[in-house]
Amino acid sequence: MTILLLDNVVKRFGGLVAVNNFSTQLQPGELCALIGPNGSGKTTIFNLISGIYEPTSGKIYFDGLDITGKRPDVIAGLGVARTFQNIRLFKGLDVLGNVLVGQHLRVHSDPFSAMFGLPNYTREERMMREKGMELLEALNLAHLAHEEPSSLPYGQQRKLEIARALATEPRLLLLDEPAAGMNRTESQELMDFILHILDTFELTIFLIEHQMRVVMSICPRIIVIDHGVIIAEGAPADIQNDQRVIEAYLGVGDYASG
Amino acid sequence: MTTIQTQEQRGERRFGLTHNRILTVASLILFIGFLIWAQNNLDPYKLRILNLCAIYAIFAVTFNLIFGFTGQLSLGHAGFAAVGAYTAALLTMSVAQKQANFFLEPLVPLLANVEWPFLPAILVGGVLAALTGLLIGWPALRLRGDYLAIATLGFSEIIRVICVNWQNVTNGSLGLKGIPGHTNLYWSWGWAIITIFVVKKLVDSSYGRALKAIRDDEIAAEALGIHLARHKILAFTLSSFFVGVGGALLANLISTIDPKVFMFFLAYQIVGITVMGGMGSLTGSVVAAVLYTVFLEVLRPIESPFSIGPINVPGIPGMRMVLFSILLLLVILFYQKGLFGGKEFSWDGLFAIGGKIRARFARASVPPATPPANLKEE
Amino acid sequence: MSFSLFMQHLANGVSLGSLYALIAIGYTMVYGILRLINFAHGDIVMVGAYVAFYGIAMFLLPWWISFPLAIVLTILLGVIIERAAYKPLREVPRFQLFTSAVAVSFLLENLAIVVFSGRPKAFPRPPFMDQTFTLGGVRIVSYTPLIIISALLLFGLLTLFIHRTKVGMAMRALSKDIETTGLMGVDTDRVIMLAFAIGSALAAVGGVLWAIKFPQINPLMGVLPGLKAFIAAVLGGIGNITGAMIGGFLLGIVEIMIVAFFPDLAGYRDAFAYTILILVLLFRPTGIMGEVEPEKV
Repeated sequence: MTILLLDNVVKRFGGLVAVNNFSTQLQPGELCALIGPNGSGKTTIFNLISGIYEPTSGKIYFDGLDITGKRPDVIAGLGVARTFQNIRLFKGLDVLGNVLVGQHLRVHSDPFSAMFGLPNYTREERMMREKGMELLEALNLAHLAHEEPSSLPYGQQRKLEIARALATEPRLLLLDEPAAGMNRTESQELMDFILHILDTFELTIFLIEHQMRVVMSICPRIIVIDHGVIIAEGAPADIQNDQRVIEAYLGVGDYASG
Repeated sequence: MTTIQTQEQRGERRFGLTHNRILTVASLILFIGFLIWAQNNLDPYKLRILNLCAIYAIFAVTFNLIFGFTGQLSLGHAGFAAVGAYTAALLTMSVAQKQANFFLEPLVPLLANVEWPFLPAILVGGVLAALTGLLIGWPALRLRGDYLAIATLGFSEIIRVICVNWQNVTNGSLGLKGIPGHTNLYWSWGWAIITIFVVKKLVDSSYGRALKAIRDDEIAAEALGIHLARHKILAFTLSSFFVGVGGALLANLISTIDPKVFMFFLAYQIVGITVMGGMGSLTGSVVAAVLYTVFLEVLRPIESPFSIGPINVPGIPGMRMVLFSILLLLVILFYQKGLFGGKEFSWDGLFAIGGKIRARFARASVPPATPPANLKEE
Repeated sequence: MSFSLFMQHLANGVSLGSLYALIAIGYTMVYGILRLINFAHGDIVMVGAYVAFYGIAMFLLPWWISFPLAIVLTILLGVIIERAAYKPLREVPRFQLFTSAVAVSFLLENLAIVVFSGRPKAFPRPPFMDQTFTLGGVRIVSYTPLIIISALLLFGLLTLFIHRTKVGMAMRALSKDIETTGLMGVDTDRVIMLAFAIGSALAAVGGVLWAIKFPQINPLMGVLPGLKAFIAAVLGGIGNITGAMIGGFLLGIVEIMIVAFFPDLAGYRDAFAYTILILVLLFRPTGIMGEVEPEKV
């Protein structure tokens, strides 16, 4: 049963066509990468899936449900979580606080119980905190629980953002250039981290990366787009030798170094 | 997987919580004792100041909820206060007083013949203000930043214009006089404590975290499943309720309502107080509100003529506000955190200060220690 | 309603609209570049009126010295405000900039109350602006065409400036993308300062003309016109100078006409503008001439 289906999705901004007849399917448990040169429309596609943009035409289905044009918070509630290219952590909350926000969408108690400190709320808060700490432990971040996000090294911030997304208990995780700004070692660590969470949680991961080398090693399936159109799709070996892909990346010789 | 806390740790934490709670309850009792003493021993002038402190504390705390915690700059406070004030006034005033006031046009029969006790009047005032907040918030909170500010200012002014024109309900520009002076320290500080309690509980809860998330990054918050409009309206409506209560307390304190009082000026003052106290700090709001009210009174003499030695300085009305606005601008430019930054008062924090001071003295007399051999790096 | 009465109301509306337009341009220029609603703009209008007032009433300068003086001093004030209260906050979170604007407005109003006294003063209208004449059966006072012509003239000059000079182009570029324009070698600070200067100058003209039309000035006189002018700017499309003109005229005409046709609503006239604002923000936030700006995610 396909978990994510994009059907001829088109997105136009005024005269500019950012995404053009993009269609693809993701199966549950997959780790799939979406790569392409800068400005090829990758983030736009994520924004379309997560509800920030509404497609000009075409449809998007999550687990059989039509989520085209739904609000981002509704889509998140259905089980789609994402991270952003520019890390968007909540600076006014500590690390644990950030993760707890991720759990907020599943809160049962109403605001009044919270306001008056009713027992059903205090119970729920305690459980949320326990779950939050569990998640941080599973991801090796528990020792940082009360730090300010801005004081963390970049790599940890990235992991925190992913942890926060995981706190929403998603079934589909969209990671937008998670390795941006990282060196080889850090990227490798992050990729191991991603493989680890793929194993540990029941997830499908859709990953945007601009650096090909980073995804070649771990993603069984890669979609390459350029100017909003899919130009290649398949296993890393096939992609590497695809003429169109090579042309699209001409001038950005990153992938050649493997 | 779960961190199993040892019996010891759990016990310690529970004890810590009780420890704090005892302190809080004790100080509350002391405070109530002070209120009782003050209510029975201080002159009306001082009592009025203390009451005003409570009312401004309510205004500042509620504004902090919307702006400091949720990041929405709403300038509509004056309008909600007006709704609460007029409602409570019209409900508590005696029939005779109303007749005396409404000589231009008689008051609508629904209100003309009622005289209610204070508590229900305050509650209705608060609820009406909350409903107004809901009405205004629902369209306005879709707007960003400065647009929201102007829109809420506009709404507040609409309310004022209505108050000035609705002759047979609000008595128009004549305002209301002879409102029963029900407000005393128990009412004003009682409501202040309730407001602070409720807002603090909300802010510390998951909903509070959601509000802070909205403040810090709306897009990320929405991507985590937070329904932006619903949460903003929650903060807004809750705020408006207590602002209405504040307005009701104000009307029954100074016994008159002049629609001009509820101009945007009031909103600016509240912004000023809250910014100076520290956005995101409820403690700061309360402290700043008290300081503001007290200093305003203390500085009153500079607005009447006085003399320094042989020099006679003429009274300059409005000087206090000038000083306040200069101070506010300086705080915004150079000391954005305000008095308390984002921190709240806590007993641990208070004792920590004492500990730090002691540690300072201790360090001076002890040679520096050598760090352990294998410090693990991050 | 007779034709001549209607025309009179229309003339009134257009002249009021001209005033809103002049003030609105200042708002829209600053917003276009800094994305900031300069809350203090309305108060700058007030300062312009007061400087002109003191020039004539206290220093006994003729109006043709007082008025330009008002413009010069108001420009100075506008630039000082920008330097002191807005520039230092360009890098910090936006809400601090808003609060600064609110604080500046608050300060100006309080200073005015202290320095100029809260009691309203009568603005001395130069005699030649006080002549009543009849045009096709309609009674017009000479300041009405003067106001309208001034507004159109200044708008024309400004449009020429924006589209024909290098600095004007820099301003347009800044309003599109402030970072890139700065990287292209444009002295951002100077252009922003110029935008404030022009906006303040227009505000001063607006203030003086306002005082001529409504010759009672008080320290809070700028707040309402300021708010309404901002609403006009939003109506026309915030960031767009032509939009500000159109919005201004529309708002002035609508305000006068509603009161003309429904005299019972006269007390609520200020509320119309706010209602228009809310309607615009809800249904067409980009205004008449505006363009949408999606946020980059």
